[in-house]
Amino acid sequence: MAIELAGITYRYAGASRASLGPLDLSVAPGRVLGVAGANESGKTTLCLVTAGLAPAVVGGKLEGSVRVDGADAAGLKPHELAQRCGMLFQNPSTQLSGTTATVFEETAFGPANLGLALEDVLERTWWALRAVGIEGLAPRDPARLSGGQSQLVALAGVLALRPRYLILDEPTSELDPAGTALVADALVRVARETGAGILLVEHKTEVLARIAAEMVVLARGRAALSGPATEVLGDPRLAELGVEAPARMRLERELRAAGVEWTAALDEALA
Amino acid sequence: MSDFDRSNDSGRPTGTAVSPADPPSGPAAPGRFPDVPSIELDGVTFEYPDGTRALDGVSLRIEPGEVVAIVGQNGSGKSTLVKHLNGLLRPASGRVLLGGRDIRDAHVAGLAGRVGLAFQNPDRQLFAGRVSAEVEFGPRNLGLRGAELQRAVAAALEAVGLAGEAAANPYDLGYSRRKLLAIASVLAMRTPVLVFDEPTTGQDARGVACVRSVVAGAVAEGRTVIAISHDMRFVAECFGRVVAMRAGRVVLDGSPSEVFAESHWSELRATYLEPPIAAVVGARLGLGSTPTASGLIAAARAALDGRPAAPGPADSGPNR
Repeated sequence: MAIELAGITYRYAGASRASLGPLDLSVAPGRVLGVAGANESGKTTLCLVTAGLAPAVVGGKLEGSVRVDGADAAGLKPHELAQRCGMLFQNPSTQLSGTTATVFEETAFGPANLGLALEDVLERTWWALRAVGIEGLAPRDPARLSGGQSQLVALAGVLALRPRYLILDEPTSELDPAGTALVADALVRVARETGAGILLVEHKTEVLARIAAEMVVLARGRAALSGPATEVLGDPRLAELGVEAPARMRLERELRAAGVEWTAALDEALA
Repeated sequence: MSDFDRSNDSGRPTGTAVSPADPPSGPAAPGRFPDVPSIELDGVTFEYPDGTRALDGVSLRIEPGEVVAIVGQNGSGKSTLVKHLNGLLRPASGRVLLGGRDIRDAHVAGLAGRVGLAFQNPDRQLFAGRVSAEVEFGPRNLGLRGAELQRAVAAALEAVGLAGEAAANPYDLGYSRRKLLAIASVLAMRTPVLVFDEPTTGQDARGVACVRSVVAGAVAEGRTVIAISHDMRFVAECFGRVVAMRAGRVVLDGSPSEVFAESHWSELRATYLEPPIAAVVGARLGLGSTPTASGLIAAARAALDGRPAAPGPADSGPNR
């Protein structure tokens, strides 16, 4: 049981070279796999391929295989795929339906379209709204939210589908620090309680340090670094791959580089 | 409630980035950008049609050449506030003044030449089929033509590292580069006031460095820069003044050293913000308010030498 990418290469329609691959990767149930990398290193493309949207929806050419719990993703119908892999797009306005009058209806849109019983739809909708801390926005117009609020609504809409795998493309990019911490904790809870496997693309390495067990750093569509998140985040090659180490680690390095005399008090202050 | 409504006078920063107010209509000093207006919001209130009160009596004065970060919880009114600066939104009550003049009757087209605003979501801004055409649109509408126009476009693309993409379709660029393109299309208009709504989101380390150099370049020219950000390190290191908002009101206003001082942490956390890690470490070590790494290093060295800390370069406001 997992999403398995084996020998993947993907090229967008009309592109002269592949945006992704060759690459092998696996998203396991109940775990968070972190993905980082420079701009245009293939992170969003990896999301589209893993969620089965590329090439099925966006075209292009895929080589290698994407298997979701053993089934070839290419053979799954869109509604089957949607229940297995929920994808959160980077830009919430790409995600929101634009057809609903309230945040509650927007969040209920997915589960309602799965044909569930009404009480199940309601239960999932409230659960998802609470998970990301926006039950207070339920009566609001989705078109009249701030950027960060829209991002939380988009995430709630995906969570409400209760997919077996979550593919999240920078879910915290527009969020304030407390919102970021809330989403990070919610993802850990979702992984633990529903057993969902999560592929999480993040520039905020603090978030990856906090919740990802394993991580991959992409460069030109390939895995330049991979392994346990703590090891990858401490790798000296991280900076040249366009990825900043977590704030605490960076500050410690800057202090040491500046020759600030190291003391137990400093160690404690950084802890 | 003493920290509320510090916006008008008491929280004025004294940092180096804050230039003395040149008279907006006076002759430009050498190396100074011409006609940079002061900005004043006077009791501005705004409600969206669904009844959400996004701004609740905001009063704020920004001098020419100031570099101001606006921080605060999601939905606290930051984007709504900056959309008042170029007339995209109009206050329900209160006034917005540019260079001392109420902009009530000014058209958005007229304000566009003075206040450039890069949206949070680049896809609300970009529309052209070529990167160069996208960047040309603004300055062309301001009357630039020929070589002057081409220079403005080239300089703007260069500033955001997109010089090699002039012929590309904006939608062939990834999200992070579309955001940089939206910034370039505002830079090309050479407005005396620049407003960026979350310029660093979705950027990798190089993208953030690029945004930092755009801000530094504009500040060096004497332009006013206002940016909304959740990136507290970027805020502490690049801005002379920090305005924190909560529920449509200004709750803190001062230099990074003042706003990120330990005495304000509970207020910051109430608006869903965290002080920068350098500030936390400095406070734990009893070194005073050190929101930047360089400030922390200076304070730590001074403490070891038994001298009082000199302020760091990006936060020269009074340390506590």
